[in-house]
Amino acid sequence: MGVHVHATVNGDNVEFTCPEDEVLLDVLRNRLGLTGAKEGCGTGDCGACSVILDGRLVCSCLVLGAEMNGKKVETIEGMADGGTLHPLQQNFIDHAALQCGICTPGFLIAAQALLRKNPDPSEEEIRFGLAGNLCRCTGYDKIVRAVQAAAKEMRS
Amino acid sequence: MRFVQPKSAKEAALLLAKEKGKSFILAGGTDLLVKMKSGVVEPDLIVDIKLVDAMKQIKKTASGFVIGAAVPCAALSENKALVMAWPGVVEAASVIGSKQVQGRCTMVGNLCNASPAADSVPALMTASAKVIILGPKGSRKLAVEDVPTGVGRTNLKKGELITAIELPKKAVRSGDAYLRFIPRSEMDIAVVSCAVNLSLDAKGVITKARVALGAVAITAILVKDAAKAIIGTKLDDAAKAKLAAACSAACKPIDDKRGTVEFRTQVAGVLARRAAETAYTRAGGK
Repeated sequence: MGVHVHATVNGDNVEFTCPEDEVLLDVLRNRLGLTGAKEGCGTGDCGACSVILDGRLVCSCLVLGAEMNGKKVETIEGMADGGTLHPLQQNFIDHAALQCGICTPGFLIAAQALLRKNPDPSEEEIRFGLAGNLCRCTGYDKIVRAVQAAAKEMRS
Repeated sequence: MRFVQPKSAKEAALLLAKEKGKSFILAGGTDLLVKMKSGVVEPDLIVDIKLVDAMKQIKKTASGFVIGAAVPCAALSENKALVMAWPGVVEAASVIGSKQVQGRCTMVGNLCNASPAADSVPALMTASAKVIILGPKGSRKLAVEDVPTGVGRTNLKKGELITAIELPKKAVRSGDAYLRFIPRSEMDIAVVSCAVNLSLDAKGVITKARVALGAVAITAILVKDAAKAIIGTKLDDAAKAKLAAACSAACKPIDDKRGTVEFRTQVAGVLARRAAETAYTRAGGK
């Protein structure tokens, strides 16, 4: 039983076998050792498990591992360039846009997806773009400022 | 549970038809996987339709658009011709859930999940959209308003699947719009929603109209009296008042923490007026 899958995660070819009903989030965390994506709700409400799947932002808790054959996944583990943090990551630190950190990988991935589509978003566009990510610590303002600062840096 | 990825719609229909257990179609999965997680459904078979090429495409044809059942809602706003022709349908489909959900969810899924608050359904109804259904006995078409029959219930029979949505060609001097009331402005489920699609003559008089409401009855509903209220007018204040009254009169909403019966009934009229104004402007009316 189980489905054998070949996929690409952060540019690396991966192979795994998972039960038919196992979600991508569990594949990433438990089979591939990529624990950056977090399980908050498991029902697509909180965005903590956000990844980019074939160029589209998705909740990895709402994708089956069995669907992944031939797919490209980008996770938070692929965001930094070796030891150099991505501008979004550095600005989250500089603007204190995190406290407990559970939501942070999801926010960073969602912000990355947003800035690829819209390199110069307004505050409103950032708030709409990140509405699928919940944070119970920061109150969001610092996250919005961090994304604005990163966007400005990435445009220059 | 078994998981299959057919390469054609016909193969998908056959798999669904011969399955003796509980079978479910997986497109975006944003409803199905949530129901599986909570144990509301326990599928014996999942048929993933995302390897069927034809179901992943948006095609512009001589008679309008054919949108495959596996097209994620996020792809709709990226299609300029579709946005030009049916801005109301695209804006309705583009407010379903979060950006994460929009990357996966589909209009056919929104329709078949049959929530009364489904955002894309009122807009599809006013656009006179039809669905193409494939089943053991061949294919048939159904108007979108004839698909949902109740909360979570549809007119689809065992072994049938919707392969695509057909949108007609946009009529000259026509425009559509969708509005909803939600308490959290960035993302939420509609408390009340309204779609309007109308056509004008050269003088700006409304010749045809369709008005639909969401989240105020067990399914999204077409409100014929509301359409009648504005046909033959230039959407003057008296017509708008009649439109609002007809929409409020058609409401049979539930009373819950997200909105009372009185609130939903009144707001349905307000949204109808505003959606009609936007549709009228989009149609070129002044």
